[in-house]
Amino acid sequence: MELLAQQLITGIATGGIYACMALAVVMIYQAIHHLNFAQGEMAMFSTFIAWQMLAWGVPYWLVIPLTVVVSFAGGVAIERLVIRPLGDAPVLSHIVVFIGLFAIINSLAGFIWDFTIKPFPSPFGEGSQFGGLISNHQIGMIAVTMTVLVMLFLFFQYTRVGLAMRAAAENPASARLVGIRVGWMIALGWGMAAAIGAVAGILIAPIVFLEPNMMLSILLYGFAGAVLGGLTSPTGAVFGGFMVGIIENLAGTYIPEIGGELKLPIALFLIVTVLVFKPTGLFGRTVVQRV
Amino acid sequence: MSKLLEVTGLHASYGDFRVLHGLDFSVEKGGISTLLGANGAGKTTTLRALCGMIKRSGTIRYDGNDIGSKATEEIVRMGVAHVPEGRGTFTGLTTEENLECGAMTRSSRAEIARDMEQVYHWFPRLRERRAQQAGTLSGGEQQMLAIARALMLRPRLMLLDEPSFGLAPMIVQEMFSILRKVNEEEDVAMLIVEQNAGVVLELADTAFVLETGGIVMSGTAAEIRDNETIRAAYLGY
Amino acid sequence: MSANTTTTADGQAPAKQGVSLPQPAAATSNAKIMRTAGVILLAIGIAAPFLSGNFLIFQLTMMMIYAIAILGLNILTGINGQFSLGHGAFYAVGAYTAAIMMDQFGIGYLWTLPVAGIICFVVGFLFGLPALRLEGVYLALATFALAVVTPQLFKLSPFEHWTSGVMGIVISKPDAPFGLPLNPDQWLYFLTFAIGLLAYVCARNLVGSRTGRALMAIRDNPIAAGSMGVNTPLFKSLAFGVSALYTGVAGALGAIVVQYISPDSFTFTLSVALVVGLVVGGVGWLPGALFGGAFIMFVPNIAEELSKGLSGAVYGLIMILMMYAIPTGLGGLLKAALTALSKRSMNR
Ligand SMILES: Nc1ncnc2c1ncn2[C@@H]1O[C@H](COP(=O)(O)OP(=O)(O)OP(=O)(O)O)[C@@H](O)[C@H]1O
Ligand SMILES: [Mg+2]
Repeated sequence: MELLAQQLITGIATGGIYACMALAVVMIYQAIHHLNFAQGEMAMFSTFIAWQMLAWGVPYWLVIPLTVVVSFAGGVAIERLVIRPLGDAPVLSHIVVFIGLFAIINSLAGFIWDFTIKPFPSPFGEGSQFGGLISNHQIGMIAVTMTVLVMLFLFFQYTRVGLAMRAAAENPASARLVGIRVGWMIALGWGMAAAIGAVAGILIAPIVFLEPNMMLSILLYGFAGAVLGGLTSPTGAVFGGFMVGIIENLAGTYIPEIGGELKLPIALFLIVTVLVFKPTGLFGRTVVQRV
Repeated sequence: MSKLLEVTGLHASYGDFRVLHGLDFSVEKGGISTLLGANGAGKTTTLRALCGMIKRSGTIRYDGNDIGSKATEEIVRMGVAHVPEGRGTFTGLTTEENLECGAMTRSSRAEIARDMEQVYHWFPRLRERRAQQAGTLSGGEQQMLAIARALMLRPRLMLLDEPSFGLAPMIVQEMFSILRKVNEEEDVAMLIVEQNAGVVLELADTAFVLETGGIVMSGTAAEIRDNETIRAAYLGY
Repeated sequence: MSANTTTTADGQAPAKQGVSLPQPAAATSNAKIMRTAGVILLAIGIAAPFLSGNFLIFQLTMMMIYAIAILGLNILTGINGQFSLGHGAFYAVGAYTAAIMMDQFGIGYLWTLPVAGIICFVVGFLFGLPALRLEGVYLALATFALAVVTPQLFKLSPFEHWTSGVMGIVISKPDAPFGLPLNPDQWLYFLTFAIGLLAYVCARNLVGSRTGRALMAIRDNPIAAGSMGVNTPLFKSLAFGVSALYTGVAGALGAIVVQYISPDSFTFTLSVALVVGLVVGGVGWLPGALFGGAFIMFVPNIAEELSKGLSGAVYGLIMILMMYAIPTGLGGLLKAALTALSKRSMNR
């Protein structure tokens, strides 16, 4: 029972990270209808920036907002400088550009901070609560991801900019006709996705350790979450992310054949199964539309 | 009277396929012009060209400014509202969110709330459906929503592409009387494309007849209405 | 969403234009240019191993191996319109088939190639079945997952007896047979060259055949193809199988040439490289595979020359710039150039 509770909590905690990555992926997917394969690398780079600031002695409470701001600006810049000039080039050209971006960011991080594995301190300190049932870092992860997700929900649901972003993603032509600057909404989406990724990276780094390749498998779990929830539904993506976290941990613990080494293939299995049997995801609704 | 919109030598094409071949027409300040013509004549294309949704050339002067090379959203921000063919509903948003989108360029919350009340007053059906996902509204309801959303911009010029499309005859009458009211009370100029030539010629002061991408006839609405030959040749009623 | 197809197949595009143009002279001259270029390339290909050192020969061999793999991907993507970011998995299956056959059973290396092809055909066909339900970006996603997971799959302990786990398998280099006066590198070069040529000819014939037309019909309009009586699911799975066959044979050759394989030889970087090669060469243009192979073989080296520490970044930058300059790849560029050429000669 205790083991189950512990695994559930671990699942929810890492699930929150996957949820953030899934949400970042879905936000960009909705805006430009392409999957950002470099999303993980962007998050990794943000995490290194945070690490660097910590190494310089900047206090943690300042590092997180600063990293988020820098990442936001970076996301906007990437959209403006790299993605926008592509216009409506074919899907595969986009994929190649994302691959190029992946290579650039990965190589740059390795060049600046080298490829050795670095410990990353938790902002919530060591130690645990409830007799070791849940570590402080896990509590922090759950609290922060929940806060971020709720704030995003409120932003999209109740602010005008949030509404404008939703309108721009759904129907760019109509959005222009009501005076929404669609290009900037897309850039904003990129900035926000980068910022969310930065939070995810900082929260997962104390667990997986910091190195340039740390986000590849996390991104895959994020994709699995996005697919599970439906690429067209941000809320679904968030649920999907949590579910992937829980499934991953429970399966790894209770199905001996799976153990540690099959955890990653689970993501593949989930992605393919969900796509095959329910291409719109569990939460993605096909919008009822009259023509 | 001076001109709010003055177009000379408007050309437009879809890719290599040229559709408009040098149109000249205008809309008076506070006036209503109508663009008539058969299916495929280029009416929708003209409206799209005016607000920069497709590649165009020629001069388009709006309120003294050349808007011929401005982006759609910037033209809209200057007070040009376009009710597009096919309605352009944000299907995933609610009715009310669609209307809020219409007012996206305005800042005064109080005024927006007042105008929202006004369009709900004009289109009570929309008030009933305010929380409904707009994609599930009926065709006619979506047409009302498109017009209401355009009004939420508080435009100075409205481009209306077949505003009566899909509306029941009684509602058409009502809708045109709303347009007339908006025109008279708010001094909003309009350029209306309509199949329903009889009705729109009652409303408009000037009319232009379009055939395969060129203007073949223009004059006051009364002249066009009373000219049997034009009616028979181009308007078919 | 459809693949960014540029031309139907080599030679066909200009020939087709010839039919529609009032002056077929231009098209014939284009075909002539293409044929001349092909002959020159062939001559260079035969002469190259006698003119270069062993390391360059090795690199050229790898380039052709990648080209064969990309050719397979081109059949899937360019001809049939399905995406795959996971072809490294089939390459790995081919490589492991060859390595295990040689290492565990002492079977001659030449025999491993058809076996690798057949196994990959079956694996690809089976993977093609679930992939049937996926389109565009979703298929890209599923195959991307496959690419990321591939090394893990070959590390699994139940297979360790065969795969030697992370240790990998060492293979010895075969000598030239029949006392041919070739050193092992030259021999493997010519072997790859011959197989590459065969693969190319087969691919061309496939494109020109009824099957090829069915595949292209599915790519261009799946619904119409279905209503015309094309068995869409069968052909799509077949395309996956044939594509995997090509890539698997390339993988087997790669294992023999490199003489060592381990799970980490087949990270998602490999899958991604194949896609890059495909797009740079030109989706749908079969000879583009050779240029794609050259790109992914040599451009990373050039990047390394330019900047040791930042070679990955330089490579990435080159990729992105290529996509700005020629979003449809060399094939698209060539097609545009030929069109311009024939237009000009038409106006003369
Ligand atoms: N997106 C497009 N691409 C290519 N050609 C187009 C496109 N849209 C319209 N056309 C062509 O342009 C011409 C004018 O079309 P337009 O839509 O402006 O006609 P219209 O006058 O609005 O007709 P209707 O009364 O049927 O709405 C038609 O021949 C049409 O086929
Ligand atoms: Mg029209």
